[in-house]
Amino acid sequence: MTLPQELRYTTTHEWVRVENDTATIGISEHAQSLLGDLVFVDLPALEKTLAVGDDAAVVESVKAAADVYSPVDGVVIEVNSALADKPELINQDPYSTGWLFKVKLVGELPLSLLSAAEYQAMLNEEE
Amino acid sequence: MLIFEISAKGRKNHLQAPRLAPEAKDIPAHLLRRTPPIFPEVSELQVVRHYTQLSRKNFSIDTQFYPLGSCTMKYNPRGVHQLASLEGFLQHHPLTPISHSQGYLQSAYELQEILSHITGLSAVSLTPMAGAQGEFAGVAMIRAYHLSRGDTARTEFLVPDAAHGTNPATAVMCGFRIKEIPTDKHGDVDLNALRAAVGPHTAGIMLTNPSTLGVFERHISEIAKTIHDVGGLLYYDGANLNAILGKCRPGDMGFDVMHINLHKTFATPHGGGGPGSGPVAANERLKPFLPIPTVGYDGDHYYWLTEKDCPQSIGRLSAFMGNAGIILRANIYARLLGHEGLCRVSEYATLNANYLMARLQQAGFTLAFADRRASHEFIITFKKEAKTMGISAKDIAKRLLDYGVHAPTTYFPLLVPECFLIEPTETESKEELDNFINILMTILKEAKESPELVKQAPHTLPVRRLDDLKAARELDLTWHKSKKPEEA
Amino acid sequence: MPFIPHTEDDVKTMLHAIGVNSIEDLFDEIPQDLRINNLNPIAPGLTEMAMGRDMKARAERDAGLACFVGAGAYEHHIPAAVWQITGRGEFLTAYTPYQAEASQGTLQLLYEYQSMMANLMGLEVSNASLYDGASALAEAVLMAVRANTHAKEPRILIAGNLHPHYRQTIEALVRPQGIILETLPYNDTTGCLETSRPKIDNGDIAAVVIAQPNFFGGIEEVDGITDWAHQHLALVIAVVNPIAMALLKEPGAWGERGADIVCGEGQPLGIPLASGGPYFGFLCTKMEYVRQMPGRLIGRTVDQNGNPGFSLTLQAREQHIRRAKATSNICTNQGLAVTAATIYMSLLGASGLADVAKASHDHSSTLCKALTALPGMRLRFNSPCFHEFVIECPCTAKALIHTVLKDNILAGLDLSLMSPELDRCLLICVTETKTAQDINAYVQAIKRALQHLTSSLTVED
Repeated sequence: MTLPQELRYTTTHEWVRVENDTATIGISEHAQSLLGDLVFVDLPALEKTLAVGDDAAVVESVKAAADVYSPVDGVVIEVNSALADKPELINQDPYSTGWLFKVKLVGELPLSLLSAAEYQAMLNEEE
Repeated sequence: MLIFEISAKGRKNHLQAPRLAPEAKDIPAHLLRRTPPIFPEVSELQVVRHYTQLSRKNFSIDTQFYPLGSCTMKYNPRGVHQLASLEGFLQHHPLTPISHSQGYLQSAYELQEILSHITGLSAVSLTPMAGAQGEFAGVAMIRAYHLSRGDTARTEFLVPDAAHGTNPATAVMCGFRIKEIPTDKHGDVDLNALRAAVGPHTAGIMLTNPSTLGVFERHISEIAKTIHDVGGLLYYDGANLNAILGKCRPGDMGFDVMHINLHKTFATPHGGGGPGSGPVAANERLKPFLPIPTVGYDGDHYYWLTEKDCPQSIGRLSAFMGNAGIILRANIYARLLGHEGLCRVSEYATLNANYLMARLQQAGFTLAFADRRASHEFIITFKKEAKTMGISAKDIAKRLLDYGVHAPTTYFPLLVPECFLIEPTETESKEELDNFINILMTILKEAKESPELVKQAPHTLPVRRLDDLKAARELDLTWHKSKKPEEA
Repeated sequence: MPFIPHTEDDVKTMLHAIGVNSIEDLFDEIPQDLRINNLNPIAPGLTEMAMGRDMKARAERDAGLACFVGAGAYEHHIPAAVWQITGRGEFLTAYTPYQAEASQGTLQLLYEYQSMMANLMGLEVSNASLYDGASALAEAVLMAVRANTHAKEPRILIAGNLHPHYRQTIEALVRPQGIILETLPYNDTTGCLETSRPKIDNGDIAAVVIAQPNFFGGIEEVDGITDWAHQHLALVIAVVNPIAMALLKEPGAWGERGADIVCGEGQPLGIPLASGGPYFGFLCTKMEYVRQMPGRLIGRTVDQNGNPGFSLTLQAREQHIRRAKATSNICTNQGLAVTAATIYMSLLGASGLADVAKASHDHSSTLCKALTALPGMRLRFNSPCFHEFVIECPCTAKALIHTVLKDNILAGLDLSLMSPELDRCLLICVTETKTAQDINAYVQAIKRALQHLTSSLTVED
């Protein structure tokens, strides 16, 4: 499976799509496959201020629950409300219809974000 | 078939409810219930038959070998149960004056003394109602101790990564942040990581010893010194006390406070998920903080010690004094065994575990810690089988059920992939252990020759594998009268 | 050896298989300086027969009182079938149903329990039990703080007429998390919550805790308080007696929107008094808060053949998966007591349960009337009661209780437990178990005691 090249990634398996001053955030294909079938997603409140590394959301499968950490600094402006009824969208299409939330960016992007190639290298190492 | 589905309108058991029940005329109508709850309307025979049939769909210690690691599923002696169920005990109200409570109070006091000897700690409170509440009590006592000294900087609790999930959950309930300490490859706590983690913020550490990895923590004295040197205290999770009864004591290891699972070490029934009981024992330093009530004795009478006597107590954890009936059972069990019998518990629990471990290794199973002595439990991993045959620990667990053996604890501790945590307990015979070994070998053979048989197991139980995804996505937590007829 | 089946030959064979010479060798990883070799301070073991004599003598010392105390633990008739079935080894000696296929009995029973309990409370969901009523309330408080996203601070308003032990339990269990507990005062004449309520702003309070009936046995005007709490964006936590809910308005129907979380002591439903436990706590809520709920939940689903079955669900909230971020640290609950309660509720049905409630209420009213006819005895609070009430005596409650103990009657609870100024107050409970003769014997004993106590008082004066 090839990673979308235009996205940035984190070591904790979130992805970020940056468009102007807005960032869309989700979890990677690798993360969803580790978790298995998702049954519930707890999304952040609108207007919540997030710093890099803050607990932003929780994704829950039958036998596991994982925190989603904010990869960027910003303020939540939109959440993917379709996930309330269909958390499986994350399993089916983590990089598009399975997005989690959008933030209005504050300040610079953190240097710790990985490129697709760097993230792929990290996954290969974990193998 | 649910009990609701054998219900018929108007059916009633007339002898079990009072005969004359006049309407409550003095209660204003707007405070009364308007529609009765929907309960089944069934005869006594229907109830007895329904629940007897349900009981037969359970595995239990009475009916099956139940080597559930970390849960100490040993035989629950019938005599204990019978004597704790005497009418005088069952009809005794918890708020009865002590003049009419001496029988119960004496039994509770004796158990406090017995637990104090076993743990090497000076004082005991029996009130926590389960292991997790005992953990809460102990960690809350450590918090209260620091605060009583004006030491408000201690905000962190250390928990090894191998710990029971209740440990971090408990420390958070007590308002602490968690620092996880890794385990080294031999199953001991990583001492360098521990030294790097401690400091003026360290309130304490929660440890199980023998650990959940089924091995004795050999550096315990060094760990205790490291924690005490920075002003922290040590909490002992008593889940594995069965392994060391009469061999060593948490108090001597340097622990300041601990809980004991009476439903594990003291053979009280697990009841399909409880009641448990988690008395907490403390050294002199933490004794003033024990939860109330406890029982005192003046040489003549037994009496309650409450907040008036123990002003520094962390307080009350239940409406009365915890799971009193379980405390009675533990007293009876301990006094039936006596000091010799209690020492034998750890000896034969350890013998059974090491025998099973040795035989399974000889039979080709992979041990998680092959270079270590087993405590009263040990871990095997099916990592190899998962990779080569696509058979998971879950598959093997389910196939065991077909052979009439309850599965060991699976996928815990989280550190070991595809694992079984196996605890045979001292009450199982060699024949039972040999049978278990043979069954596991048979299943491994099946996994090679007809893997689908194992992957689709169980085949002989009341249900096949359940759809947990459907259970979570389409929550059905209560029965409702079918809505379809009304809609139509 | 007691409960150990090994023969000498077994031990030899087993040691040989392990490759050691003695059982002692198996403890060689324990550092020598930590070893002990005996537990000699503990007495030698007893035979089952000797233990039987000993425990029977103890049980007899505690037996024989006619019990008129309630205060959180209630004597009701327990049908014979309840513990005969509950005591079956398959229920008694199983553990938490982690292996669903081998635990369908317990799982289905718990699903039936959840259904009955949710229905009794008029709410959508019940968990599979917590430890007891008091600790269930502490869990309800923590749950309300998690669930109420409008609250600016974790502040809880607690009815001043809540059982004092419940209040103490909440203090111990939730204070470490920085939760602020404040009191909603009760009226000295009615014993019920004041009708004039404190002035609060929206979001000041996360939840209001209301007891129905309250600790004095009085029945609260629950609708008004519920609506007031909801108007200020606070959740309502109801602490109720489950038997009373067969007679009184169920929490799900309180006010416009119903209570949000309901909890309490399950003991009245077929569990013996037994010195205070094991009992069980129940907790019910609305579906919208189900993920904030502590404790185990059983769901109905299907197996791979499409047949119905039951399993633990929403486990990701629990400590064994979520660890530090779990909704609670609870693991073991009170499964066996719930088994008894489920069988009790099935046997009695809704109408039987209502009969128990009505008979208890009626017997309690009868005793109350007879007592207040005695000189110097008056009803302390004037609200309608369920099956407990408070009598103010011409002497201390303590003296009265001790005097009638000689007649083998446990007259009630001395309310100085609640506060020192209530030291003349006696909290009395009567359930369906007390006959007209029992009630008459009680009244006569109190009459004699009062004559004795008040005449001796006069002499002292």
